[in-house]
Amino acid sequence: MQFVQNFPFMTIILSLFSGPLSSILDGKKAKRVNLAVMSLITVMSCAVLVFVINSGSAYVYTMGHFPAPWGNEIRVGVLEAFMAVFFCVIMLLCVIGGVYEREQELEDTKQNLYYVMVNLLLSSLLALIYTNDLFTAYVFVEINTISACGLIMIRQNGRTLEAATRYMIMSLMGSGLLLLGICFLYDLTGHLLMSNIREQVQLLHQAGEYNIPLLVSLALISVGLAIKSALFPFHAWLPDAYGYSTLSSAAILSSLVSKGYIFLLVKIFFRVIGFGIVRDSKVVNVLFVFGVAGMIMGSVNAIRENNIRRMIAYSSVAQIGYIYMGFGLGTTAGVIASLYHVLSHAATKSLLFVAASGITDASGDHTEFLELTGAGYRNKLAGVAFTVGSLSMVGVPMFSGFISKLLFAQAGMESMHKMLPTLIALAISTILNAVYFMKTVIRIYTPVPAKVLQKKEYRCISMKEQPCKSTALVFFIILNMLLGLSSEPVIGLLRSGLAMFA
Amino acid sequence: MNIANLFTNYEEAIAMILFGIGFSNLLLQRNLIKKIIGLNIMDTAMYLFLALKGYVDGHKAPIVTNGVQSVDAYINPIPSGLVLTGIVVSVSVTALMLSLTIRLYRRYHTLDLDEISTKLKKEGL
Repeated sequence: MQFVQNFPFMTIILSLFSGPLSSILDGKKAKRVNLAVMSLITVMSCAVLVFVINSGSAYVYTMGHFPAPWGNEIRVGVLEAFMAVFFCVIMLLCVIGGVYEREQELEDTKQNLYYVMVNLLLSSLLALIYTNDLFTAYVFVEINTISACGLIMIRQNGRTLEAATRYMIMSLMGSGLLLLGICFLYDLTGHLLMSNIREQVQLLHQAGEYNIPLLVSLALISVGLAIKSALFPFHAWLPDAYGYSTLSSAAILSSLVSKGYIFLLVKIFFRVIGFGIVRDSKVVNVLFVFGVAGMIMGSVNAIRENNIRRMIAYSSVAQIGYIYMGFGLGTTAGVIASLYHVLSHAATKSLLFVAASGITDASGDHTEFLELTGAGYRNKLAGVAFTVGSLSMVGVPMFSGFISKLLFAQAGMESMHKMLPTLIALAISTILNAVYFMKTVIRIYTPVPAKVLQKKEYRCISMKEQPCKSTALVFFIILNMLLGLSSEPVIGLLRSGLAMFA
Repeated sequence: MNIANLFTNYEEAIAMILFGIGFSNLLLQRNLIKKIIGLNIMDTAMYLFLALKGYVDGHKAPIVTNGVQSVDAYINPIPSGLVLTGIVVSVSVTALMLSLTIRLYRRYHTLDLDEISTKLKKEGL
């Protein structure tokens, strides 16, 4: 056992313990500790990724050295390590990008509490990524929910409180169903470790026994996690939660929290049930239908929205729809497309939130469309960044969104019955995306007469005025372009990682 | 597949009915406190189900007494451990929901979530 192999466990514990540490520090120190810990975790995750790529196979880390059926395990493959690195980077950038807003919007006594939530969220995300034990996954799902709720409600106004309550209610229903599904699986197989459950499930499937309970538990787990990641009919809490919470929270929630659950669902599909059984059950078709509905309805709602942040939030509903549509295709190519879209959406949506806040800063903190006229000239970097994000969401070549749309289309071509619905849904959704994103881009680049400019509280913002936000935006743009221009290595990583899952 | 199975496994059936009651309360009630009660019924139903899964007729609680180490003497301890973990989770979640409810009540003087939404719209924030 090499020292690097301890890192996944260490990263989880580090961020879990730096949370309580932040709670006794004051705001400034807590921020420094938080940034240091997150950078350290990013570096450690990179080391793990390099190690796993070099060794070419996944390894299992037994907690407390108890052997397989009894002990708790961490399992690290290429996909897990890559996701961990990616999530850490996005989280770091989101936290950096929203420093100014946080200091403005939160009370002084609560500054340090924000970092407690961020650290807990990061540790639960890492644990969800790495764990090999279903019940541990459930516990960390709950920690994830609680800290996400804290991130929403830490900026106190009526909207966020209501959104946090709705979020909690939805999430609790989701986790109730998830727990029920896990209990059924435990009841059927007698194991909690993913690899052991998988062996037993294969045996049961071959013997043709307990087919209905297996199907029920699969359905419960899928629906539970779908509710938690805000798949279309369960998205009522989402616009308020993303639209009125503080900037970093909105960016983190949209790009990471729902993605953690989606990654857990992929793990359950591949490592617990086995994708062949999932495909043979009709659960994927249900996910497909709701995914397609979400793609269309999310965009329609976004078009009708007049508030730029709520518009971006509704666009998230559409993107989650894309991801579930990819699962619904029931092919490995579809899952790879979904995983790529997880990356691309995480990089783009956080970019859009940060850029939108830059734009509203230049428009006297108004978020309505008419007030944003010409904001792209007043805050140049934010304008460019918003344009990049919009183009990526619409799916213009060079940006990450294009690659994921291409992958979805290719995956759709492989399946006989779902080819037509997939392609039609992709086409309609692309047009709808273009309608609302291009509308915004045109709006922020429409010049305003000088007379009007002076009357309103508009001001120009240079890059130097908001150094943190500018840094975050530049990195987000680079990340987006990287994903868009050199997608092959990333797709290769996803593919090999998914192969290691089996 | 017959109804008789439901009666032999009546404990599980009761757990599932309780789960349904709790779930629909959490989903459908408009009063926040009733929602939280629903949440607790749902969680408790899960613990009942888990505890049933670990129970073996005639066996004792898994605490070694008088040096008896035979597997046949004790029930399966793992589900009991899961129940304990689940209780911890459910306590913290309930506390969070209650604190949210208190905040909302102080601000809007009502426990009805729909009424809170209409008041929010009037506020026009």
